[in-house]
Amino acid sequence: MTDNSIAIPPAQSQLGAVWNQFRVHRGAVFGLIVLGILVTFVVFGPFLWPEEKLKVSEAMKVKNQGPSLMFPLGTDQLGRDMLTRMMAAGKVSLAVGFVAMIIAIFVGTTVGVMAGYFKRLDGPLMRLTDLFLSLPLIPLLLVMVMLFRDKIASIMGPELGAFTLIVFAIGITSWMQAARIVRGEVLALKEREYVLAARSIGAPSRRIILRHILPNVVSPVMVAATLGVAEAIITESVLSFLGLGFPPDFPTWGRLLFDGLQYMQLYPERVIWPGLAISLTVLSVNYIGDGLRDALDPRIRGR
Amino acid sequence: MRDTQAAPLVQVEGLKMYFPVHTGILRRHTGNVKAVDDVSFAIHQGETLGLVGESGCGKSTVGRALLRLYEPTAGRVVIDGEDIATLSHEALRRKRPTMQMVFQDPQASLNPRMSLSAIIAEPLTEHTKLTAAQRQNRVYELMDQVGLNRRFANRFPHEFSGGQRQRIGIARALALNPKLIVCDEPIAALDVSIQAQVVNLLEDLQDTLGLTYLFISHDLSMVRHIADRVAVMYLGRIVELSPRDDLYARPLHPYAEALLSAVNEPDPDRAKTRKRILLKGDLPSPANPPVGCNFCTRCPKVFARCLTEKPALVQVEPGRQVACHLFETIHPATGSTGGSEAKEHLQHGVTQ
Repeated sequence: MTDNSIAIPPAQSQLGAVWNQFRVHRGAVFGLIVLGILVTFVVFGPFLWPEEKLKVSEAMKVKNQGPSLMFPLGTDQLGRDMLTRMMAAGKVSLAVGFVAMIIAIFVGTTVGVMAGYFKRLDGPLMRLTDLFLSLPLIPLLLVMVMLFRDKIASIMGPELGAFTLIVFAIGITSWMQAARIVRGEVLALKEREYVLAARSIGAPSRRIILRHILPNVVSPVMVAATLGVAEAIITESVLSFLGLGFPPDFPTWGRLLFDGLQYMQLYPERVIWPGLAISLTVLSVNYIGDGLRDALDPRIRGR
Repeated sequence: MRDTQAAPLVQVEGLKMYFPVHTGILRRHTGNVKAVDDVSFAIHQGETLGLVGESGCGKSTVGRALLRLYEPTAGRVVIDGEDIATLSHEALRRKRPTMQMVFQDPQASLNPRMSLSAIIAEPLTEHTKLTAAQRQNRVYELMDQVGLNRRFANRFPHEFSGGQRQRIGIARALALNPKLIVCDEPIAALDVSIQAQVVNLLEDLQDTLGLTYLFISHDLSMVRHIADRVAVMYLGRIVELSPRDDLYARPLHPYAEALLSAVNEPDPDRAKTRKRILLKGDLPSPANPPVGCNFCTRCPKVFARCLTEKPALVQVEPGRQVACHLFETIHPATGSTGGSEAKEHLQHGVTQ
């Protein structure tokens, strides 16, 4: 009877519980470590492996070399150090992948929740989604880049301008799947009795969405997000390949991949390194998403 | 039934809840599902009104429209002096604490991602300005009241049994000291052994807190246990509204009679002589109810007038209201003859 008041364990913080469950997921920890290594490689690598300034004549003598002590990953057809280029490229690719994913998920979730929750918005928003889905992606991106590249470049400088434009363009053209998935989930969730209970309590719509709907659509959003990172990195490389992304001398993993493609039979490592980096990023992000999804679900947590 | 002179806590008049039906390629409005069609009743302070009927007769819709979880098509719902059906958004929000709901499925009515104390505290964060510590104390109080161990406060709904989950739902409904609680089949999803616990808990809470219940259920024996008065619904309309003992001893409306004859009799000797009234046919579609009495398609005592005219719910005996032409004709004759009349008809219906 009276022991009620004695032993009430203090509430474990939500974050702590999530982390404890996350640690148990082997794949997620592996993914986190790999992603950590990749990020360290691209962020701190350039400090440890400073770029060598070679003259053009010197560079031409060392072109197309295989791995050596001076060039651990070899050199490309213009005699540039592949390791330096991989590091510089990774910084851009990772940034593009994550920022574009965040934009796409944010827009997609917002549209999906609005369409699912407010019946009046459902028609217009889903028709807008259909419209975006039916647009041919590449021509749309081409037009966007054509129209806005110079304007944005004049405001933010050529590199940051290109980055902003590409990230925005990719984000704005890849939110539709997330929106559809989220809308479907929300339609099902809002008929659940706990949402009705919240309404009978008198909770306003925005709080019902934030407290009851959003936490319960995390799983599909997580899946869409992890796939989105991979897609964004690939789309960026396609754009760069078409000459509409970053300037040609500006390396990204996707660009390195396409540059190496012509020499693939002679120097396969030039395709392998950027390909490996992209795959590892995608794979680790996928596992992290998997682990996060499990850790955020109290039904799985604590098993 | 203390002072019937005082205004009842809940007064429902002519409540209608139609759900529009859209068909065709243009989604044109072609008809209505009349889930609740002109329902009127009153619940007095401290009373329990049982609402029974078969699946799909509109019981839950009445409960939800009563709290304006649905926007009623027509009618007045006066709770504690204010008409809920026409209140503005903000006024309704401020009114919410006086009326709460306990849901049918305790699994579905609790957010799986919120801890128990967060669930119970939700109404408090919504309507009060308590500090976190005060709120936690109130949550512990409520958990004690419904018989949940305080140590469960940080657990999640999936870690509880059905009965415990229903207790959480009840604690949440109690958090704001409501006057009226609509219990929407609170025991339907529970084991029989747990049902009794939950119903007894509801009764205890009624005694200590002076609550008023609208108890929606299809379990007739449970309603007999908890309710003071019982309303029987059929196809969106109340067919009989009587004090519990009168109804169970001598149901007046043919449908109420048939419904109550389905209650199992624990005494085997009496069970042998029990007459089951088996209704023929199916429930008509609420989108297209009969022109006359809603029950005329299945009624064993149907006669010509039933097919053309809807009977109104009228008082036929003190405290007993019935919607049936059989009783309108003999009214205002004494109730006992009405009863024997009904019995004769019953025999007739069975031998048919």
